Amino acid sequence: MSTVSGPVPATPDHGAPPPADVDASGLPGSPADAVLDLRDVHRTHGTGPAAVHALRGVSLVVRPGELVAVMGPSGSGKSTLLTLAGGLDSPTAGEVRVEGQPLHALDRRGLARLRRRRIGYIFQNLNLIGGLTAVENVALPLELDGTGVRRARRLALAALTEVGLSELGDRFPDQLSGGQQQRVAIARALVGERRLVLADEPTGALDSQTGEAVLRLLRRRIDAGAAGVLVTHEARHAAWADRVVFLRDGVTVDSTAPLVGVETLLAGSGR
Amino acid sequence: MSIRHGLLALLERGQMYGYQLRAAFEESTGSTWPLNIGQVYTTLSRLERDGLVRPLPESEAGQRPYEITDAGRADLALWFATPISRTDRPRDELAIKLALALTTPGVDVRAVVQTQRTATMRALQELTRLKYASDRPEDLPWRLVLDAMVFQAEAEVRWLDHCETSLVRHRPPVSGPSPISEAVGRSGEEARR
Repeated sequence: MSTVSGPVPATPDHGAPPPADVDASGLPGSPADAVLDLRDVHRTHGTGPAAVHALRGVSLVVRPGELVAVMGPSGSGKSTLLTLAGGLDSPTAGEVRVEGQPLHALDRRGLARLRRRRIGYIFQNLNLIGGLTAVENVALPLELDGTGVRRARRLALAALTEVGLSELGDRFPDQLSGGQQQRVAIARALVGERRLVLADEPTGALDSQTGEAVLRLLRRRIDAGAAGVLVTHEARHAAWADRVVFLRDGVTVDSTAPLVGVETLLAGSGR
Repeated sequence: MSIRHGLLALLERGQMYGYQLRAAFEESTGSTWPLNIGQVYTTLSRLERDGLVRPLPESEAGQRPYEITDAGRADLALWFATPISRTDRPRDELAIKLALALTTPGVDVRAVVQTQRTATMRALQELTRLKYASDRPEDLPWRLVLDAMVFQAEAEVRWLDHCETSLVRHRPPVSGPSPISEAVGRSGEEARR
């Protein structure tokens, strides 16, 4: 894992730094345990002089138990990165792999199945379905994937229990507070055997205490073995990640090294 | 904050001797403010001189406890009642450093900003990890100290983001006096009139 330190080139035109992670074997192919592997990914919208280069060669590896935060100003490419990671959009160049599977090699059905089974999304806009109860909302992706209704409900209840909402499963979204609705959305993102959680400003308009509770939940799920990418412009939220990657104008300009211990902090806190 | 008021607050709980005070001080600041025993005794002797604490007879083990006096209680109450003035805080070295970077030839200001942002972000991650590990009810005072540091670090990152945005829009003057020297010149002229 490379650690970028010291001054970084300030012009946005410098080439992307080397991939944040390189397979230990040095051979082409995913690092054996990578859940998400972005390789020199580019995404351009439009063509000719009007072309917008949203991403210009970003590489990122996320392993089980690892939460990576992506920070950057509006237009830096962070949401594009998330939609590519989730297979909701395709790169113009480069490759995206989820659990070793190159997404471009999957047909539409295969991609849809991977998205339903292995990837969980948490968006700022919750996308809960108003006509379904909390438990039905959470069970929906499983049922769409062919899981029997009873089993889907059982798994959904387990996911709601994990986020502390076991008592409220039969309520409709408009009967829940903002924080509770967000926890339903998280339960839906975590239900079943999802290995990759993609979150875009998941704490949205929540107050700081509720937002923190949401991040604690996400952190706990990651610690239990999932992998996650958290897109945010709030430093306080990004701080829940193991690694923070800074995007500017479609390239990564820096990243924090993975955390080792707290001794450095305590030694240097007399500032 | 002063060590002086920290010690007074601890003595308000009950009499203590030097080593106990040091341990209690570090515990209440989550070890983020290490004290050496010399600082404790120096502060105690000043507090005694000012009549805010008084020494009690030595124990058999040779330890001399101190207790807070009524004057000490009044001083402590005043401290709690008075907001901390921003001008009493140390000058912000980072702000001064960036201002100098901007006017020093050959310095890559955006690199200075990003290096600082990465370092502050890293500190923020470590603070958050400490918070994650301390969720027992009795950890509340410690968590609030951590939260204060979290919000300060967050403010620093936001300010750095703001600096970067300003730098992108910044067009350095090609020649002529800087706005600051112009302003100084103008007020000097006004003063002469």
